[in-house]
Amino acid sequence: MRKDYNLEKRKYIIGGFIILITLIYIVRLFDLQVCDSKYKEYADSNAFLRKTQYPSRGLMYDRNGELVVFNQPAYDVMMIPRDIQAFDTLDLCATLNITREQFDKRIYEMKHSSGYSSYTPQKFITHLSAQDYGRLQEKLYRFPGFFIQKRILRQYNHLAAANVLGNIREVSEKDIENDDYYVSGDYCGDLGVERSYEQYLRGIKGEEILIRDAHGRIQGKYEDGIYDIAPISGKNLTLSLDIELQKYAEQLMVNKIGAVVAIEPETGEILAMVSSPTYDPTILVGRQRGNNYSNLINNKYRPLYDRALKAAYPPGSTFKPGQGLILLQEGIVNLSTPYPCHGGFVSGGLKVGCHGHESPITLKPALRTSCNAYFCWGLKNLIDNRQSKYGSHANAFEVWKNHLVSLGFGYKLGVDLPGESRGFIPNAKFYDKIYGEGRWSANTIISIAIGQGEVLATPLQIANLCTSIANRGWFITPHVVKAIQDTIMPSDLLEKRYPTIEPKYFEEVAEGMRMAVTGGTCRLANLDSIEVCGKTGTAQNPHGRDHSAFMGFAPYRNPKIAVCVYVENAGFGATYGVPIGSLIIEKYLTGKISPDRKHIEQRMLESNTIIYSGVKKH
Amino acid sequence: MELRSTNQSIFRYIDWTTVIIYAILVLAGVVSIYAASYDFDHANIFSFDEFSGKQIRWIGLSFIIGLILLLIDSRMYETYAYPIYTGLLLLLIVTIFIAPDIKGSRSWLVIGPMSLQPAEFAKFATALALAKLFSSYNFTLKGKPSNLFKSILIIIIPICLILAQKETGSALVYLSLFFVLYREGMSGLILFAALCAITFFVIAVKFSETIILGMPSGEFAVFIMIMVIMIGMIAIYAKQPDLAKNIFLWYAGTGIIVLILSLCSIKIPAIAYFIIVISIACIYSLLVSLRSQINKIIITVIFACASIGFLFSVNYVFQEVLQEHQQNRILVALGIKEDLRGAGYNVNQSKIAIGSGGFIGKGFLNGTQTKLKYVPEQHTDFIFCTIGEEHGFIGSAIILFLFLALILRIISIAERQPSAFGRVYAYCVASYLIFHLVINIGMVIGLCPVIGIPLPFFSYGGSSLWGFTILIFILLRIDAGRRGHITF
Repeated sequence: MRKDYNLEKRKYIIGGFIILITLIYIVRLFDLQVCDSKYKEYADSNAFLRKTQYPSRGLMYDRNGELVVFNQPAYDVMMIPRDIQAFDTLDLCATLNITREQFDKRIYEMKHSSGYSSYTPQKFITHLSAQDYGRLQEKLYRFPGFFIQKRILRQYNHLAAANVLGNIREVSEKDIENDDYYVSGDYCGDLGVERSYEQYLRGIKGEEILIRDAHGRIQGKYEDGIYDIAPISGKNLTLSLDIELQKYAEQLMVNKIGAVVAIEPETGEILAMVSSPTYDPTILVGRQRGNNYSNLINNKYRPLYDRALKAAYPPGSTFKPGQGLILLQEGIVNLSTPYPCHGGFVSGGLKVGCHGHESPITLKPALRTSCNAYFCWGLKNLIDNRQSKYGSHANAFEVWKNHLVSLGFGYKLGVDLPGESRGFIPNAKFYDKIYGEGRWSANTIISIAIGQGEVLATPLQIANLCTSIANRGWFITPHVVKAIQDTIMPSDLLEKRYPTIEPKYFEEVAEGMRMAVTGGTCRLANLDSIEVCGKTGTAQNPHGRDHSAFMGFAPYRNPKIAVCVYVENAGFGATYGVPIGSLIIEKYLTGKISPDRKHIEQRMLESNTIIYSGVKKH
Repeated sequence: MELRSTNQSIFRYIDWTTVIIYAILVLAGVVSIYAASYDFDHANIFSFDEFSGKQIRWIGLSFIIGLILLLIDSRMYETYAYPIYTGLLLLLIVTIFIAPDIKGSRSWLVIGPMSLQPAEFAKFATALALAKLFSSYNFTLKGKPSNLFKSILIIIIPICLILAQKETGSALVYLSLFFVLYREGMSGLILFAALCAITFFVIAVKFSETIILGMPSGEFAVFIMIMVIMIGMIAIYAKQPDLAKNIFLWYAGTGIIVLILSLCSIKIPAIAYFIIVISIACIYSLLVSLRSQINKIIITVIFACASIGFLFSVNYVFQEVLQEHQQNRILVALGIKEDLRGAGYNVNQSKIAIGSGGFIGKGFLNGTQTKLKYVPEQHTDFIFCTIGEEHGFIGSAIILFLFLALILRIISIAERQPSAFGRVYAYCVASYLIFHLVINIGMVIGLCPVIGIPLPFFSYGGSSLWGFTILIFILLRIDAGRRGHITF
């Protein structure tokens, strides 16, 4: 019953102590839970495994519905360094079929790559084979922190059109920087359609949110997957290519350097587009890609360089129909205007040689015989005419140049493939710079009249000129993709473009090209069943033998195909350009080569002009 | 008829506030266990295959135990305090020899399907024994070292036995009974010295990396604290303001001189300065005390010398006496070492779980961290994580305040007891609760070293629940008994 009131005061000390501690804990809890947000982030990275679901990349079909490019699954071994726990390294190496040294090297490389973080998935080994994948899958539980990421690789039904199709590669740091879509280890299109239609082909990535426990074991889908995002497959593409025609054209170009472009005039759709030498697209798939790619880069014939749209060649005589159009449009000549040709164009001590034919000569026969003098005189009269409506050489030259630009020369045509070259058409200023203002005349630059000198054009541009003539006055931007699944094609690939030359003049030039086939330089293209129109080209160049060129379309009425063939260092246009071009036309329009032309086909398949490409040897 | 009126009077007189808080905590506990052990595959809170189901069984049995305890005459507890205490000590001894080795500790008695920890039941027995000791005639701690010795002996014996079972956490709980000794007259200096020792230790270890004036900044700070405490003790405890002022001027003056000298590039080792200056102050104080016969000055001087000695031994103790995992736990708790996979893993994961709860929490059963077993021992020692994650700051704070309310209620019950027996017993209950609460929550939120003791009423397990149930219901019975003698 004794009570010591002095001691009773001590209840305040004890009570105060627990109140104080409670308050400290409350403050601490407030700090942890309300003020500090880092724990929330830790918690998410702890518990959620955000697994990217890669969409299936769009497939590619040819114009006839033939599947050209499709997908095959590949398996990348990924690891999250932070989650790695002790494991049997040798076991893993054996499972993956790698040596301990390769393993150590891979780890070292990974840790020193710029995207390295111990919290995010890192690519450990790429492109596991199906067997290795199967073996690893069974043992994966022994290697905490490792997981398998399914990827999509490309596979090809036809070993052709590598230059058009392009391929896919792992994204570079720059790609990641430029486009938020990519993360390290993703794939993107490289070259060709894969590159230019990347946005459509790649689809939209999905995400699966999995919950895992402290041991990294997946416990299931977060909230039964209601926050998962399903991947959206890439759009399938229908190419305008006729894959059989493409393969045939590639066969004809074997052992030759050059390009073939075939266009359906009515639509601007590219039927075939060959750059030779080419390569097997499958070698740029999978783990060997790196080696093969550098081999291709180092190959002296530069197979990765798409000559059809990147190489700017002197167009040579294939330029003459365009010249004829300009001369007619500008009223410099009419169909009966004669120019003399006695073995060539002779003016002021200048001579451009020609070959034996009648003289004087008018436009259509000039196209038939590919007369140099006629077109030199025409250009001279356009530029040097003292009573001309243009006022000066320079103004007249600009008129000439503008017509050519409207025909698709001098600028990129806008084909739906990356890396197109614009070729080269000089303007007056260009010559002012070289010769001084007003100090040049038609004679100075006369070789451009016959597609030599400064003018350069890509095989695509030459084919496009042919398309304009076939259409008698218009063309549609050439393109290799005919349709995109569930998407309206961009309008600039559908609209007609009209050169600044009246259609009636195209009809005349077309007739001249028809004459070249029936009784001129392109007689080898004269098929029994089809009325072919054509123009040869034999382009002098500083690299050795002349380039052999041909452009032509068929049939004469209502054309279905326009072709440009360009073979480097192969000599006369009639020797390689015409036979190859006519074979492509015949094959496309009739589906076969007539028996009496089999020997031409045989000769083209067997011939080798690559041996003449002297300067290409390093 | 007699029996019925007895029961009525008991239920009229028991402290319902305590019963209600107890019931809320126990029910909140089982819900938390259900949440903590919730698996995607099952969802039955009552399933006896699961922790929550088993805990419900334990709760049911503990209500029965509580009821039985209320029906026993409160005088019986006083009468049989020593036999109960002795019986449980024997049980503790037996346990050491017959308990199976579970994770290195021999503290579990396996009885059929049940496993019980005698250490939990020794708590109420020790409390009864201590209360019985203090209720003996004319018992006082003041000026009776033998009494203090007896009471410490009652506390120390179970500590030793439980340490022998390798249950360090449970053993340390009994140290909380020094609060009771303090309330009953033990000098506050002992608690004060303990507090100082802990503070010095923490500061010296925590700030041992940086250097000030040639010595670790932690030790530097401790020396400053020793100086301040010495001045404070002389001024307040010994009530000698003049002496305190002189010592203050001595410290301040010499300190300034040393600072100026060090600015002039004359380096005086800080450790030498402190020892010399404090020694001179001590000698001066002793001379003053000899003249004025004030013992409290001598105590102050002893305190200062002991503090310096303690400080020098800290390093030795820490490096040589403590084992590496113990060092790690302390270092991690002090935030010096960040070892997220080793000793710090539990604490870090529990901080993540609690921290991710936010203000209002993720909602019942929506905690990802605890659900996915990131937090080890989450249904036992780390149960508070589940509350923190799923119910946020609000939920955690409510639980803390409920515990605070319970403890303060028990203190107030203690103070209204007419007998020393009731008062001491009640303080024992409050002290156990304080220790469990402070250490368990402190460890979960990263403020205390990880000492494996359960959160009362919440952590899964029958022993802990029954242990605290017995403590509380005996208290309720004793408290009800003070209103007049209820007899059968």
